[in-house]
Amino acid sequence: MFSSLKFRQYAIQIFLLLALVIFFLFIANNAEENMAARNMTAGFGFLEEKAGFPILFSPFIEYNAAINSYFDTFLIGFGNTVLVSILGIITATIVGLIFGVARLSQNWLVAKIASVYVEVFRNIPLLLQITFWYFAIMIPLLPSPRQSFTLGGDWFVMNNRGFYVPEVTGDGLSTLLYALLFAFVLIYFFVKWAKKKQAESGTVLPKFWLSLLILIIVPTIAVVFSSGNLELVFPEKGRFAWRGGWVVIPELAALWLALTIYTGTFIAENIRGGILAVSKGQTEAALALGLSRSQTLRLVVIPQALRVIIPPQTSQYLNLTKNSSLAAAVGYPDLVSVFAGTALNQVGRAIEIISMTMLVYLTLSLTISICMNIYNSRMKLRER
Amino acid sequence: MLKNTFKLVIGLFALSSMVVASAGTLEDVKRKGYVQCGVSTGLPGFSAPDDKGLMQGLDADLCRAVAAAVLGDASKVRFSKLTAKERFAALASGEVDLLNRNTTWTMHRDTGLGLNFAGVNYYDGQGFLVKKSLGVKSAKDLDGASVCIQAGTTTELNLSDYFRANGMKFKAITYDTSDQTRSGFEAGRCDILTSDRSQLAALRLGLKNPSSAVVLPEIISKEPLGPVVRQGDDQWFNIVKWTLNAQINAEEMGITSANVDKHANDANATPGVKRLLGKEGGFGAKIGLSDSWAYKIIKQVGNYGEVFKRTVGADSPLKLARGTNELWSRGGILYAPPVR
Repeated sequence: MFSSLKFRQYAIQIFLLLALVIFFLFIANNAEENMAARNMTAGFGFLEEKAGFPILFSPFIEYNAAINSYFDTFLIGFGNTVLVSILGIITATIVGLIFGVARLSQNWLVAKIASVYVEVFRNIPLLLQITFWYFAIMIPLLPSPRQSFTLGGDWFVMNNRGFYVPEVTGDGLSTLLYALLFAFVLIYFFVKWAKKKQAESGTVLPKFWLSLLILIIVPTIAVVFSSGNLELVFPEKGRFAWRGGWVVIPELAALWLALTIYTGTFIAENIRGGILAVSKGQTEAALALGLSRSQTLRLVVIPQALRVIIPPQTSQYLNLTKNSSLAAAVGYPDLVSVFAGTALNQVGRAIEIISMTMLVYLTLSLTISICMNIYNSRMKLRER
Repeated sequence: MLKNTFKLVIGLFALSSMVVASAGTLEDVKRKGYVQCGVSTGLPGFSAPDDKGLMQGLDADLCRAVAAAVLGDASKVRFSKLTAKERFAALASGEVDLLNRNTTWTMHRDTGLGLNFAGVNYYDGQGFLVKKSLGVKSAKDLDGASVCIQAGTTTELNLSDYFRANGMKFKAITYDTSDQTRSGFEAGRCDILTSDRSQLAALRLGLKNPSSAVVLPEIISKEPLGPVVRQGDDQWFNIVKWTLNAQINAEEMGITSANVDKHANDANATPGVKRLLGKEGGFGAKIGLSDSWAYKIIKQVGNYGEVFKRTVGADSPLKLARGTNELWSRGGILYAPPVR
């Protein structure tokens, strides 16, 4: 039996698995004993206790230190981490795309500017960049609340406490959101139809402009003809600061900017590599068929380049999400700062809180991975 | 921050992989030949490096006093700079033998974290530092203000309580280190900076223009700051507790680093002095040290009053008054149990 290859393979696997389980049981047991020896208690009961400490920024949950629990601070930290990650991923992708393409530009100046951007920001540690944008640029250089920079009255207010725009409220708000959603669905089908039409008859419709038109007209009609009304709440000047309206706090702005610019460099290189991987013959063939330069890029080069770009792109998105935990340096209340920071220090439950925090990052990372893998499998070369 | 989390995880790992029956801290320290002492990342007057890179301050000197008592040499201390968030994990995991990091003694910390507070070396209270240009006279005028604050401190809770009790609103910007907190305040991100009043004095001096800010008169909390040790090691707990008590008793008896030799050799000294300096009673042996333990503390580090004056008091840039931290016999509340 021992000479059977299959048996040996399974035996090794099972042995390894057992060793792993025993190792983790040993760690858990040891931690428990040591904590008992130090009179430390374990458990998740603290999550229901009242938090009692202030949180600067909580866009998704109404937070009151006197009422909300530690679990709420966990949710708020989680929400803020997700918020800055998603914002960062979107803008870093745009910035990366622009500079990645620009670095390959025929225009010498454009290509050089893109090279300088990539080489400079890729090689400076991220923490330094976050601190720089926050402590050296945003806070000291933006005006104080009393000398706020305003645009068109109170339509846009900018000072070192935040960037304010009027808040849209009222019972028409949900109508507006549903209408927007509907418009996007409509655009999706319209584009699909337009492509089909182009394939059948060769008629090229101005897809972008027509989509934009749908995006504007549908919500406008919905709001005008529905009973609900929309209100604008303008930011108001208080004794110390401005109140009301939607606000992007400088902590978020600095972190977002730094993550965008830093990750953008890697994405730019990624995209450059992907484009270069598409053989030159493809471009030449497309140009010979009479496609314009931008059409060549859009319709021939990028779809093929994406296959090379997507896998490393996933890593960049994961990096960005994990790097957002540097938020504490500038006081942005992300998960690490709020929950693994303040809450941990108040209740002292290090093992529980750090485990929860690690689990969140693991979940976030796996979610991003899964999404990107699905996208990748849709984009990959289908051999017929 | 990632770095802090990393340290925490390392600390947890150390905690989970350590053998339960570790030797007492005293034996560990004697074997190592130095005291590993957790201090702040830089708080003038309490623990901050001087221009030669030596850690100076009230907390740092208490570390030295423990080293003098245990090892007979006040210089045998190694300092670990800890942020407020890291400190308890560092102590619990055994990374440091003793935590002297202007840490507030609260019931939760004393009972829930497996730690023991070995006394109070500074009685503090939370206050507010405000830009003069705002024209604020009292903390009651602060409705709607933005407040800069350091993460992982009792001040976060006190601040919430105070504003709630007075029906006022505020925005708190929570930074990781006290340097960041000061930068945020200085650059105008917030209107007020809140911290223990002793720290406010130090932070104010660190501003580019110290006269541009004032400390408001209100004190909104009790902040007894003191040394912390791990629970379950009574011998080490006693050593730290009596090191501090010896310094306070020495001041009360008028024994200073300058005259300690004279007192020690004085055959007619009072019984109290003789007991403290190890000429009678054999008190050193009772805490596992030599009888000259207190002599060495006073000779090498000084009595409480000397240390106070040198680090935060009249001879320091901070120039804090003794106030509450004066001896009980002179109107303060410092009262050390007698050595007998």
